[in-house]
Amino acid sequence: MTGIEHYLSIFTKAVFIENIVLAYFLGLCSFLAISKKIDASVGIGLAVIVVLTITAPINWFLWEFLLDKGALVWISSDFQDTDLGFLKLIVFISVIAAMVQLVEMFMERFSQSLYNSLGIFLPLIAVNCSILGGSLFMVEREYTISETVVYGFGSGVGFFLAIVALASIRYRIRYSNIPPRLRGVGMAMLLTGLLSMAFMAFSGIDL
Amino acid sequence: MELFNSESKKIVSDPINVNNPISLQVLGICSALAVTIRLDQAIIMTLAVVFVLCSSNVILSLIRNYIPARVRIVIMLSVIASLVSVVDELLKAYLYDMSKQLSVFVGLIITNCIIMGRAEAFALKHGPSKAFLDGLGNSMGYGLIIIVVSFFRELFGAGTITLPDGGAGYVLWSIPESWYAAGYENIGLLVLSPGAFIILGLVIWIQREFAGVEEDA
Repeated sequence: MTGIEHYLSIFTKAVFIENIVLAYFLGLCSFLAISKKIDASVGIGLAVIVVLTITAPINWFLWEFLLDKGALVWISSDFQDTDLGFLKLIVFISVIAAMVQLVEMFMERFSQSLYNSLGIFLPLIAVNCSILGGSLFMVEREYTISETVVYGFGSGVGFFLAIVALASIRYRIRYSNIPPRLRGVGMAMLLTGLLSMAFMAFSGIDL
Repeated sequence: MELFNSESKKIVSDPINVNNPISLQVLGICSALAVTIRLDQAIIMTLAVVFVLCSSNVILSLIRNYIPARVRIVIMLSVIASLVSVVDELLKAYLYDMSKQLSVFVGLIITNCIIMGRAEAFALKHGPSKAFLDGLGNSMGYGLIIIVVSFFRELFGAGTITLPDGGAGYVLWSIPESWYAAGYENIGLLVLSPGAFIILGLVIWIQREFAGVEEDA
C-alpha cells in the first residue's frame, strides 16, 4: 500500500468523492458567508489549503507521540497504558489557533502581497470546522504521516473547488428573479445541494 | 423575578423565531446537516448543544470582567473545548452506539459558530442569568431547525421515525409494507448529502416567510 496510486486515490477521494464541504458539511459557515464574491472565495480557498496542509501533519505527530493510547512509550515503558485521547479536542484546537497565528505572521514578514490578499481570512479559519474536521478524520481513519499530508492537501483543494464553484454560480444568478424570502442563504443552500449532486457523480471512481 | 419578566421571555423566544441562529444569523450550519440523517441523532445533538451553549454562556459571563480583550478568543475556545470534551466522554460512556454514529461531529461542536458567536455577542456583555436564557433560546432555535430537517429526511428518505434510547434507537413508526407493495418508494436522495442541503434550503425559506425577513443578495 505504498505505491503512488494509493496516494493519488486518497487525493481524488478527498477532493471529489468525499469532498469536505459537499459530502461532510464541514466549513459551511464561511462557505456560505464568503461565496458572495469570487475574489474573496479564491482567497479563503487558498488560505484553507495552506492551513490544512500544515495543521493536519502537526496534529498527526501530537496524536501519535503524545495523545494516543501507549503513545508515550518513547519516554518510558511505564506509560504503556496511558491514554490521553480525551485531550485531543482541546489540543487540536489550540494547535490550529496557534498555527493560524504563525502562518499569518510568516506571511506578513515574507510575502506582503499574499498577506494582503489572504490576511483578513486567516483569523476566520481558526474556527472553520473543516480544519478541525480534517484532523479528527485523520485520527479516526488511522492515516500514516504521508497519507495525512496528502489528505490534508486534498481536503483543502476540495474546499477551494467547492467555494469557487458556488461563488461563480451565485455571480451568474445575480439578476435572476428569485422569491424574496429565498434570496441569499436559502438559494445558496439549494445551489449547494445541486453542486453536491453533481459531485456525487464521482462516487465509485477508484484509482 | 428577573427570570420571568417579558425581557427574559424575549431573550429566549427571539432566537427560536425571528432571530433564529441557523436560518437568520446563518451560524452553526456545519454540524447542523451532518447529524440530520436520523431523528434520534438530531435530538441527541440538540441536547449536547443545549448543554454546551448554556454552560459556556454562563461560565464566560461569570468571568467576563476578568478576561483581557486581547486573549478572549483563546479563553473562549478553551472553555468551549473543555465542555465539549466532557460531552464527548459522557456520550462514549453512556450512549456508545450514538457516539459512534455522531463520530467527529460531537467534537466539531467546538467550531460550531453559534457557540463562539453567542459568547462574543452576548455572554461577554450580560450577566449570567440572561446569558443562560440566551444560550437556551439559541440552542433551542438550532434544535428546532435540525429536528425539522431530520424528521423529513428520515421519514421520506428511509421511511422510519426513530427516537433515541440507550442503544441503536427506538423505531417509533415506519412506513407499512403494504404501502411499498402499492408502489410507494423512499426518496434515496434525501439520505445522501444533496438532500440535506436542499431540505435545509427549503426550511430556511419557509422559516423566513414566517419570520418575515428578506436578504438582498
